[in-house]
Amino acid sequence: MKSMADLLHEHPFFKGMDESHLDFIAGCGENHIYNAGDYIARENEPADHFYLIRAGQVAVECFVPNYGAICLQTLHDNDIFGWSWLFPPYMWTFDARAVDEVHAIRLDGKCLREKCETDTAMGAELLKRFARIVTQRLQATRMQLMDIYSQQRPPLDPGQ
Amino acid sequence: MIPALFRIDERKEEFSGTFTLGIRREGESALPRFKPGQFNMLYAFGTGEVAISLSGSPADTGVYQHTIRSQGLATQALARLQKGDAIGVRGPFGCGWPIDTVAGREVLIIAGGVGMAPLRPLLYSLRDKAHGAARVRLFYGARHPDEILYRSELERWADSLDITLTVDQGDSTWRGRVGVITQPLETADINGGKAVAFLCGPEVMMRFCIQTLLTKGLSESDIYLSMERNMKCATGLCGHCQWGPNFVCKDGPVFSYGSVRSWFNLRAL
Amino acid sequence: MQRFQLKAEDLDVLIQVIRAQGHQLVGPVIRDGAIVYDDIQSASDLPRGWKDEQEKGQYRLKRRDDGAYFGYAMGPQSWKKFLQLPRRKVWQARKDSSGIQIVAIEEPAPSLAFLGVRSCELHAIAIQDRVFLGDHYTNDSYAKRREPLLLIAVNCIYAANTCFCTSMNTGPEVTLPADLTMTEVIDVERHLFLISAGSERGQGILQQLPVQPAEVEVKKLAERAVQSAVSQMAQGVRSFDSSDVKELLYRNYESQAWDKLADRCLSCANCTMACPTCFCSTVEDTTDLSGDNAERWERWDSCFTGEFSYISGGAVRADTRSRYRQWMTHKLATWHDQFGTSGCVGCGRCIAWCPVGIDLTEELQRIRELEKE
Repeated sequence: MKSMADLLHEHPFFKGMDESHLDFIAGCGENHIYNAGDYIARENEPADHFYLIRAGQVAVECFVPNYGAICLQTLHDNDIFGWSWLFPPYMWTFDARAVDEVHAIRLDGKCLREKCETDTAMGAELLKRFARIVTQRLQATRMQLMDIYSQQRPPLDPGQ
Repeated sequence: MIPALFRIDERKEEFSGTFTLGIRREGESALPRFKPGQFNMLYAFGTGEVAISLSGSPADTGVYQHTIRSQGLATQALARLQKGDAIGVRGPFGCGWPIDTVAGREVLIIAGGVGMAPLRPLLYSLRDKAHGAARVRLFYGARHPDEILYRSELERWADSLDITLTVDQGDSTWRGRVGVITQPLETADINGGKAVAFLCGPEVMMRFCIQTLLTKGLSESDIYLSMERNMKCATGLCGHCQWGPNFVCKDGPVFSYGSVRSWFNLRAL
Repeated sequence: MQRFQLKAEDLDVLIQVIRAQGHQLVGPVIRDGAIVYDDIQSASDLPRGWKDEQEKGQYRLKRRDDGAYFGYAMGPQSWKKFLQLPRRKVWQARKDSSGIQIVAIEEPAPSLAFLGVRSCELHAIAIQDRVFLGDHYTNDSYAKRREPLLLIAVNCIYAANTCFCTSMNTGPEVTLPADLTMTEVIDVERHLFLISAGSERGQGILQQLPVQPAEVEVKKLAERAVQSAVSQMAQGVRSFDSSDVKELLYRNYESQAWDKLADRCLSCANCTMACPTCFCSTVEDTTDLSGDNAERWERWDSCFTGEFSYISGGAVRADTRSRYRQWMTHKLATWHDQFGTSGCVGCGRCIAWCPVGIDLTEELQRIRELEKE
């Protein structure tokens, strides 16, 4: 069976990271299995972890009264999610729910953020990597916002 | 060139505002063969012609299928046609997908919205293993689960074809991916040197997919896209579909990105 | 090629010989204060003793004092209106209980003869030949009208200020094949035409004319007359080197020149209508009130209209900037890639007939200068 450090080593997110940092992060990680329907994170609850999905699908959702949970985006094998632990007030802004059985590595963000305060090199490395993920999600969200497949959208400039 | 007389053999509502017509030629059992990616000019009596790609199987010699989104006057008139009604057809026109490039390659078929329609004949052709593709994958992004074209057919094909579907908005029944098509493309295991990609969808979607494919190591000449411009005559004579030096109707609608990159990235061209 | 001389008073013999052969003869006539191409019955229909003074957004007929028949440069209309009809019915359809029947309109093509075709206009016709007849699909209506066409070319002895054929290498001397080519020679002693045949048909016509072999002096005078048009253009402001224009425009799709142009251009489409090579057309589908009879009409179209680039919901070229850029880069750059030649013959019609006086030679210069900045 692979150790936590091996698992992290294999993941592109941690590629090129200092061995000692990686060992420290591995020490903050544990394997978790979520059943379909389980909430992995809930809006407005403390965000002390982030997750690396080993297998399964996670839905990022927002609950709307009178409607239900709107799925904003799904995340899949090898995706990393959860960055609310990085910034005050360390609360989740959306729900994350397992769509099917999800095997994930849960990493202790609380422990990491304390470590990052003292080990700024590690903090910078982690932030850099999270910034990349946040950018990708933002780009995807912007594309979704454009609703490019919709019908009958009048042009902004209809021409003369 | 005057339209040939066809009749509606079948009309299927795909989802609200989008429908598929199966049409047969009056008095003819065999139709001119078409290449995946080609289009016909469809004429609804009195309201003008519109260019619509062929979306059926190229092996089906008796019927042409067209999936149409009702948008302008001509497509609205086509939307009103019922089984047995007459329709005028000119075509097939344009060059198709370069299917002879797929032998030994990893084929990525990337569709967005109704851009799935011109790629469906390609899927039919590639399911016939004669073309020798090493692997065929479909990445298809739609707006909503109800707006996935040919959904039941794709579900049937799922055991023999690697399909990644994603929708911009899910619903309570949707268990699949929510998000844009570039995301699964980014995480997919793609051998850039061996892959060839065929894209059809809104230009914005193709732009982002091209960027992703380039980071995956595909060469510009291995990325093919189907372009939309105003096509009137379909024969390169009326000038409407000009796009830089290209006439989309006769030089396209399928172009390799490598050959059109400088035009593709110009706005309002 | 043997050259002959025809007395000016015998010009009508030429006209009647052509007409007697069954051609519909069209040539220059004065209508509404401009020289246009229309039916010619006799030499008296020609704009004898007139010239055109042209500038940006300006065209005026003025009297000449020498009584020349072909002493003008270029009117607003080109010959294209006879070959690619401005409007024609393509087919008609009928709907009844059994379905629809579509019938192509088979128009009888007249056997046309053009009298007074300028060198730049021969180039324009050759360019349209490539567009309409040069590829897999052809424009059959154009082909039917083009095939029997008899061309009587006339060398320019006068250039308008708007002319720049020397810059586009299309004139003023006729070098492309024509059935007959003439040069008008006028001085105090004589008024005659130097004439030569460029085809068997031309030869057949020439044989019926009261001509005599051209005198050396007449040939010299003719050469000098054409040369005077060359010098006029060389001294004008519209003389430029066009050899790198394609590359210049390909490099400058985002030039600020287009923004400046967009402030002036009205998107009126005059330039495209007046241009002898602009070939774009659209179709209109109509029905009668019963809804049972439909027609398709083809008519000239222009890349300056909003509908021109319409795709699902909107125009690709929504603003004037992109439309002018499309027109000019097509004409002078992408045309090369499409048809192996420039789409501009330097006739200057787009300059004279632009209501706001946009001059594409000036705009090219502006693009060049902005690129240097």
